[in-house]
Amino acid sequence: MESLIGVLVGAPLLGAAVLLCGGKALDRAGHWLGTLLAAASFVVGAVLFFGMLGRAGDDRAMHSHLWSWIPVDGFRADVAFQLDQLSMTFVLLITGVGTLIHVYSIGYMEHDERRRRFFGYLNLFLAAMLLLVLADNFLLLYVGWEGVGLASYLLIGFWQHKPSAATAAKKAFLVNRVGDAGLAIAIFLMFTTFGSFAFAPVLANAGDASEGKLTAIGLMLLLAACGKSAQVPLQSWLGDAMEGPTPVSALIHAATMVTAGVYLITRSGAIFNGAPDAQLAVVVVGAVTLLFGAIVGCAKDDIKKALAGSTMSQIGYMILAAGLGPVGYAFAIMHLVTHGFFKAGLFLGAGSVMHGMNDEVDMRRYGGLRKYMPVTFVTFGLGYLAIIGFPGLSGFFSKDQIIEAAFGKGGTQGWILGGVALLGAAITAYYMTRVMIMTFFGEERWRTERTPSPDRPDVEPAASVRGEHAEPHPHESPGVMTIPMIVLAIGSVAAGAVFKLGDSFVNWLEPVTQFEHGHPPVSATVVTTATIVALVIGVGAAWLQYGRRPVPAVAPRGNLLTRAARRDLLQDDFNHAVLVTGGTHLTRSLVYTDNKVVDGAVNGTAAAFGGLSGRLRRVQNGFARTYAVSMFGGAAVLIAATLLMRAV
Amino acid sequence: MSPANYVYLAALLFTIGAAGVLLRRNAIVVFMCVELMLNAANLTLIAFSRMHGNLDGQIMAFFVMVVAAAEVVVGLAIIVMLYRSRHSASVDDANLMKL
Repeated sequence: MESLIGVLVGAPLLGAAVLLCGGKALDRAGHWLGTLLAAASFVVGAVLFFGMLGRAGDDRAMHSHLWSWIPVDGFRADVAFQLDQLSMTFVLLITGVGTLIHVYSIGYMEHDERRRRFFGYLNLFLAAMLLLVLADNFLLLYVGWEGVGLASYLLIGFWQHKPSAATAAKKAFLVNRVGDAGLAIAIFLMFTTFGSFAFAPVLANAGDASEGKLTAIGLMLLLAACGKSAQVPLQSWLGDAMEGPTPVSALIHAATMVTAGVYLITRSGAIFNGAPDAQLAVVVVGAVTLLFGAIVGCAKDDIKKALAGSTMSQIGYMILAAGLGPVGYAFAIMHLVTHGFFKAGLFLGAGSVMHGMNDEVDMRRYGGLRKYMPVTFVTFGLGYLAIIGFPGLSGFFSKDQIIEAAFGKGGTQGWILGGVALLGAAITAYYMTRVMIMTFFGEERWRTERTPSPDRPDVEPAASVRGEHAEPHPHESPGVMTIPMIVLAIGSVAAGAVFKLGDSFVNWLEPVTQFEHGHPPVSATVVTTATIVALVIGVGAAWLQYGRRPVPAVAPRGNLLTRAARRDLLQDDFNHAVLVTGGTHLTRSLVYTDNKVVDGAVNGTAAAFGGLSGRLRRVQNGFARTYAVSMFGGAAVLIAATLLMRAV
Repeated sequence: MSPANYVYLAALLFTIGAAGVLLRRNAIVVFMCVELMLNAANLTLIAFSRMHGNLDGQIMAFFVMVVAAAEVVVGLAIIVMLYRSRHSASVDDANLMKL
């Protein structure tokens, strides 16, 4: 049984190797091979899952030691896997959603001549992410972590002929490096503190370390999580990452990549439990990002970017829950799984819409699509209801638990966090309703021509006006694309209820993450009611603004907040002003110091010696008598000194 | 006569010789002053030889004279050659070694 764990990672890795090295001979069947291997990994995961269910709760973790990677005296790095309930949850999510996205990509990338390579990268992505969640030590986790970064870079920049895609890939890679540095430092600190970086010794001994050290490790881990999970302040790459093909966005946002940060924090729970300051930082990051992403999501007209803002916000919920400690870990993971279903469904739906609309992404060019794309409409709609937390659907159960746990933090903090989470729920309902109405309801705006108006000269003409495509003829996507959407929609509807039933999910994770009941200051019923009220307010506000009156085909100028949110709340301007400009100034001043001070000292010394020797040279005037004088003088001095020494 | 007087005379001669070497430009005069210094040294050797009553100093003086004679041969030859090439016997004109 244990030996199967290696197969989980091995299957997609083999797929990546074969597809990337295989050459053109595989062009015709490569995508089937990639999908098959992803599915094989899922089947193995399911087999292991059922095997795990057959054992008692404390006995479910499995270990598989493959080989010693770096065996040095006093330093041991092994390639070894650990499959416990937490890893199992991720494995099923990654391989399950990943396989569906593979299937979808067969249809979506049908006309792309580099499809084989695309599937190779997808398999690489899965393999890296599986390595990340299966590693039994932080060093191997780091390998998976970097692999995920690499695969995301390759996939975001897959359409490398577009400069914007290439830039977005570089941006994602560079921002992630900042977080990676945090993880590396955290591992160094673990090794100096605990003498090991395997999960078992580190997490078991976390209680013995000083709080200062734990806080330092915790903050570095948080930095790492911020990079991968696109949390403030390292969030700027996520929006631009929409340049990649849509299945990649679905993969990054639902199954791989952004969930890694939540996994890291949950996995390192023992460290955070001993470091309240680090936990507070996690909670604050989560709460800030939760609002940040939601506000950005409200202003974007690009359907994928609106969904990206939404992901940022939902991951904020998870980080917030993970920062609450044992009260929240299980809920963070539960929201992660339900989010995996509905966000993958939403992205695939968005991809299906784009597929039928000549790759138009501006929602102001959509409208009334429900007649033309019924399957997409229904699946997207179910995902929409799930994400806003419509009672009975998956998002309702998972988000409600997080809001409740946030209130349960206690004191003023509890009220602030709960309030933020509640506000976030209202904004979520608002922006998702906006996306829904603008895309599937209202008049058919793609028929009207759009030209830059005097009011908004910066508006680009629509694709049809640019003459690149004819007027779009919206149509439903083929079955290979709609079936994954249907499966994910079923998951979005049912997952929450299944997990909630008899607290089965919490009990499942409890041996790994521990669980404590929170003590909210108000009863659970009140919180649930408040959540539903927030939901109704959000949906109502969006309907008033977008449903009741026609949506302008050209975005109005908007107020200050809207304009800031369109620019991602000035995140890039901030980075530019502080990091780029600051960095440039720092470099310049360092160059100046180098030229003037360091080089000045060196050159000054040389010049001083040069000048001195120039003076000394004059003594050599070539007159024999002068030399005779110096010899005579020297002899006289020597004799005088000798006599003087004698006398004394 | 006290042997000290010989030493005083020798010191006087040596000083005159040294001053001549350092101050005069004419190579012949400089050369003669060198001889004067050598002979001042000879004088002290002989004076001390007499004072101590042994012959070591006098033998030493002969050595000095021999060396001086050899030096005169070489030195005069150099001066003559210098004069032929530069039409001057001034030591300051022989400054080719100057940088």
